[in-house]
Amino acid sequence: MRTDFTFVAVMMVAAVLMMGVALVGAALLRPKKPSKAKLETYECGMETVGDAWVQFRAQYYIFALIFVLFDVGGVFLFPFAVAYNSLPLYAVGILSLFILILLGSLLYAWRKGVLQWD
Amino acid sequence: MSVFEVINNILKIVGDAVAGLITSLLGAGALSEIVVMFIAAFVICGFCAVAFMAMTYAERKIVARIQDRIGPNQAGPYGVLQPLADGVKMFTKEDTTPATADRWVYNLAPLVIAVFALLTYAVIPFAPSVVGANLNIGVLYVIAVGSGSTIAIMMAGWGSNNKYSLLGAFRTVAQLVGYEVPMLLNVLPVVMLSGSMSLVDIVERQTLANGAHGIPFILMLPLSALIFLISGIAETGRSPFDLLEAESEIVAGFHVEYSGMKFALFFLGEYVNALAVSIMFAVLFLGGYAGPVLPPYIWLLLKAAAVFTVLMWLRGTLPRVRVDQLMSFNWKFLVPMSIVNVILVMVLAKVFVADPALAAANGGIAVSPGMQALILFVSNGVVLLSALGIVARHARQMRLVEAEDLEKRRAQNMLVAAKAVAQ
Repeated sequence: MRTDFTFVAVMMVAAVLMMGVALVGAALLRPKKPSKAKLETYECGMETVGDAWVQFRAQYYIFALIFVLFDVGGVFLFPFAVAYNSLPLYAVGILSLFILILLGSLLYAWRKGVLQWD
Repeated sequence: MSVFEVINNILKIVGDAVAGLITSLLGAGALSEIVVMFIAAFVICGFCAVAFMAMTYAERKIVARIQDRIGPNQAGPYGVLQPLADGVKMFTKEDTTPATADRWVYNLAPLVIAVFALLTYAVIPFAPSVVGANLNIGVLYVIAVGSGSTIAIMMAGWGSNNKYSLLGAFRTVAQLVGYEVPMLLNVLPVVMLSGSMSLVDIVERQTLANGAHGIPFILMLPLSALIFLISGIAETGRSPFDLLEAESEIVAGFHVEYSGMKFALFFLGEYVNALAVSIMFAVLFLGGYAGPVLPPYIWLLLKAAAVFTVLMWLRGTLPRVRVDQLMSFNWKFLVPMSIVNVILVMVLAKVFVADPALAAANGGIAVSPGMQALILFVSNGVVLLSALGIVARHARQMRLVEAEDLEKRRAQNMLVAAKAVAQ
């Protein structure tokens, strides 16, 4: 039952407890006198017009997609890296090909003008 | 017996006494083990809180000196009590939740950022056997937990229902997500050369014990170290990559609406993350706790402090980058360079093998570890210099085109002016 991850779980609970105590303690100590003006959204003194919950620009999603490409690539690369010492040279060649395909997709996105921020 | 040995012995005696007390109270079993774990977890969290206070003071004082100011000097001698004064202030400050905010998301965000920041420390080896959990996927765990701050910042920016916060959240998505890629790609060579993702094993590879070569990875992979540091700074959102909370553009970005203790937790999360990046750099590239004479934990803290000093130095000297520069720098410079670097290291370390037994088993030329380090160092340097050369050439071409353009327009204007005069 006791694995290495037990400590991670324990640490999570401990951190939540510690930070929760800080938050609750502050909530007990501090004054609480809310007024309408205090609860307004801060906008350097201007009165807020409308809601801030707008749609993200499509470009962010494209960056997120390129990120997913490399992150999933990373999932394949790390097991390889751990086994690296016992692998022959041709395995390294195959993995180089894999990484070059990743690079190719990045270059494709670059050529398509996706990486241009405007 | 030196001072350090006395301290070590006292720590050991206190630790054994506490563990013994708990075992005698609860009996040997899973329960007492978990209680001991809880105490260890609280000690690590307490260390983070103390380190946070020390770091805020050090940073304010040193950045002040860099900028020719004095810094905090009122609370206590040289202002050393400033963090405590700040803490008291944070505790007693009134805290408001904007009426239009999403209450749950808004109030949970500071907790999430602080908890994820503290969770990183569960796997960091402070000394040979002083490590919370020696996970065999340590590096991956640190990167995964480190990206938890992205979620928290996103929550804060979205939940506040404030335009500045939302802009900060937008930038977060672009920046924190993007800079994780070079970070991942530059941890890869370290994992390849040490053959393990466990942070303890990575440190052990950089010590002289157990037949390891004892060369810190920064001497083998200087380019990886550099890119790791840059992307680490971007990941923690520190200057010059502090676009998520750019004071002069979007007031304070994602934490505009936060005050009191919630703001303090964001601040804590930021500094604890910065320390985590410093410690990770020390562990991955500087040999972690390895070092002569001084005890291991002092070495780790010294190395981490040195890295953090570099972070403060950068913060004190560099101006903030623009959003488009930030994105281009990552996707068009760091990522391609990292990929080329990874492939080169992969091939070179397989052709020039440091371990003669492995060379015999898998083929390749057996060389001494020092020779292998030199080869990798040179290849790293070549990649960096050629990348810089390509960028410089490109920039020169751009400047030439611009100059030509300017010349053309000037001639045209002269022509128009001449015509006007003739009429």
